[in-house]
Amino acid sequence: MHFKARASAAAADKALQAKLATAKGLFVEGRRRAVAEIDLEATREASKDIRNRCLADLDLWLERFEREATRRGGQVLWARDGAEICRLVTDIARRHGVRKAIKSKSMLSEEAGLNAALEAAGVQPVETDLGEYILQINDNELPSHIIAPAIHKTKEEVAELFARVHHRPRKTDIGEMTREAREMLRAHFLSADMGISGGNFLVAETGSVALVTNEGNGRMVTTLPKVHVVITGVEKVIPTLEDLATLMRILPRSATGQTISNYFSVLTGVKRPEDTDGPAHLYFILVDNGRVDLVGSGFQDMLRCIRCAACINHCPVYQTIGGHAYGWVYPGPMGSVLTPLYVGIENAIDLPHAATLCNQCGVVCPVKIPLPELMRKLREQQVERGLRPWGERAALKLWAWLARHPRLYALAAKLGVRYLNWLAEGGDRIRVMGIAPSWTAGRDFPAPEGRTFREQYLSRRSK
Amino acid sequence: MKVGLFVTCLVDLMRPRIGFAALRLLEAAGCEVVVPTSQTCCGQPAYNSGDRRAARLLAEKLIAEFEGCDWVVAPSGSCAGMIRAHYPDLFADDPAWLERAAALGSRTYELADFLASVAKLDKVPGDFTGTVTYHDSCSGLRELGVKAQPRALLAKLPGVILREMNGAEECCGFGGAFAVKFGEVSARIAEKKCDNVRASGADAVVLGDLGCMLNIEGKLRRMGDEKTRVLHIAEVLAGDDAKG
Ligand code: SF4
Repeated sequence: MHFKARASAAAADKALQAKLATAKGLFVEGRRRAVAEIDLEATREASKDIRNRCLADLDLWLERFEREATRRGGQVLWARDGAEICRLVTDIARRHGVRKAIKSKSMLSEEAGLNAALEAAGVQPVETDLGEYILQINDNELPSHIIAPAIHKTKEEVAELFARVHHRPRKTDIGEMTREAREMLRAHFLSADMGISGGNFLVAETGSVALVTNEGNGRMVTTLPKVHVVITGVEKVIPTLEDLATLMRILPRSATGQTISNYFSVLTGVKRPEDTDGPAHLYFILVDNGRVDLVGSGFQDMLRCIRCAACINHCPVYQTIGGHAYGWVYPGPMGSVLTPLYVGIENAIDLPHAATLCNQCGVVCPVKIPLPELMRKLREQQVERGLRPWGERAALKLWAWLARHPRLYALAAKLGVRYLNWLAEGGDRIRVMGIAPSWTAGRDFPAPEGRTFREQYLSRRSK
Repeated sequence: MKVGLFVTCLVDLMRPRIGFAALRLLEAAGCEVVVPTSQTCCGQPAYNSGDRRAARLLAEKLIAEFEGCDWVVAPSGSCAGMIRAHYPDLFADDPAWLERAAALGSRTYELADFLASVAKLDKVPGDFTGTVTYHDSCSGLRELGVKAQPRALLAKLPGVILREMNGAEECCGFGGAFAVKFGEVSARIAEKKCDNVRASGADAVVLGDLGCMLNIEGKLRRMGDEKTRVLHIAEVLAGDDAKG
């Protein structure tokens, strides 16, 4: 099923929209309150500068990161694409005799389809982020949101699922349900030999990875097992801890409306003799998967993204169709830009058009990514590469030609108005419009008033 | 003060009375108004469809038509936004045109913005009475900062009571070609906007962009609401005799 079909189906799904509306209330209102506590514009500007600074010398900061991380006992590996991520992780698992891997959220692992690869290699992957856990036990359902992966599920649906999978009496109290999930996960935490996490930022000056989480599972994943594998995109590197502090003022506020997330970890190096916990082996898998090509391209701005999801939460289209409709890992405006760039423009034709260009995303983005402009740029590339449907191209060409020939344009407008009024059968609205049936499927099209402005203006002037 | 009125293609086609209302308001503000009759469209549909070449040709045409004016005014936030915010991007690689585009862009205004901020219209001719709610169109609001201006003008009408709706700044779901490419999604977003309009209890929803106007009116009527009026700010401010 293509985006269009999925989006149309979702648009009719009022139950889905009710869930999305609850989430919107939480995230949009939360953000509004939280950003009021800081000098928002100054912080956005500073955050944008930091991210631009990293991207301007990405190779240097990555080398610095590699040096510092290596000095502290970590090993930095590079992956060109999803397949290489899978190969590297399964190699590491084999080397350390890993049978079970516990995971905290990693979008790269989603990009790579890592869980399936682990299973094929005889390693059991266990998602420990509550949302991801819910999806995993529901037959590996795909996440629909980058920070709230199971946002499309109601409490009742989760209660059913837990009762079925956990073989325990059905509970509907969220606290009790969470406790039950925690009990299920505890055994995994204690028996896993490898932890896999994403990384919100990589700090070049210390070789650290910063993790922003709310459930505490991230701490277990990164400190209990003897092996910790961090998988993250190369663009996540930032120069200093000072920069991290600035970005942390805006990330949780933009994401969940929190001043600071419940847990915020800066993890540096392997376990030293004097440490009470930490992994004996630490690997960083730094991934390209389409990112490096964006450096220096017209889409470099997109690499500033810190995955806060504010653009998603504020998007009227996302609020109506939810995340699954977008078809890949990243939904909403950031997905409509990233997906075509990462999977190929020709493989995601609809996404850059799936936006009203209202720019609500652009004004909330903490690193000032001009998302509508990037979507427009993708539309331009589709035109340049001849990827738009023939009918659309012809109609646009004809219209643009007419618009440059005022006399003919005036005539066409005059006839157009007569035609629309004929469709309206003398009334004030058109109920079915053959040339744009998808408009009138869900609403009327108001009829034109009468003669065009130009006709009336010219006849008035000549009087 | 010579003002070029850019009527916009949708007003020309669908709601000429809004063009005449704009004309009357600009004259009431003491402007000398010219309406170049060769004008057609600002090129926004081509620009947003990714056809830069076509958009650029139309931009050149519009710039040549309006360059002789002190100001350019359009009864539409998205068309004024196209000229002011996006024309420079179209000519980024052509310094001579870029200069002309930027110069015209800086003199281009959305109608309510111009009346309130530049022409400082004091006596508003309209005589509308009733409660209204104002829908902030996306381009006007987020590209041009049109927010307080129309409200300040409405406040000059003694019979008008402004009742803000929830989510006044949220998109109505029009989005140009989006409304047709993704009709179901667009109509569903419009429905939420209409729910907010109706919940405000206002007699009329007032706005500054034709796209939103057609979308919201079309959805309200399809929802069975025959009562709530959908009015352009120019119509409300200019009063009844502005009708063509
Ligand atoms: S594009 Fe901006 S708003 Fe969207 S997720 Fe990335 S940083 Fe957040």
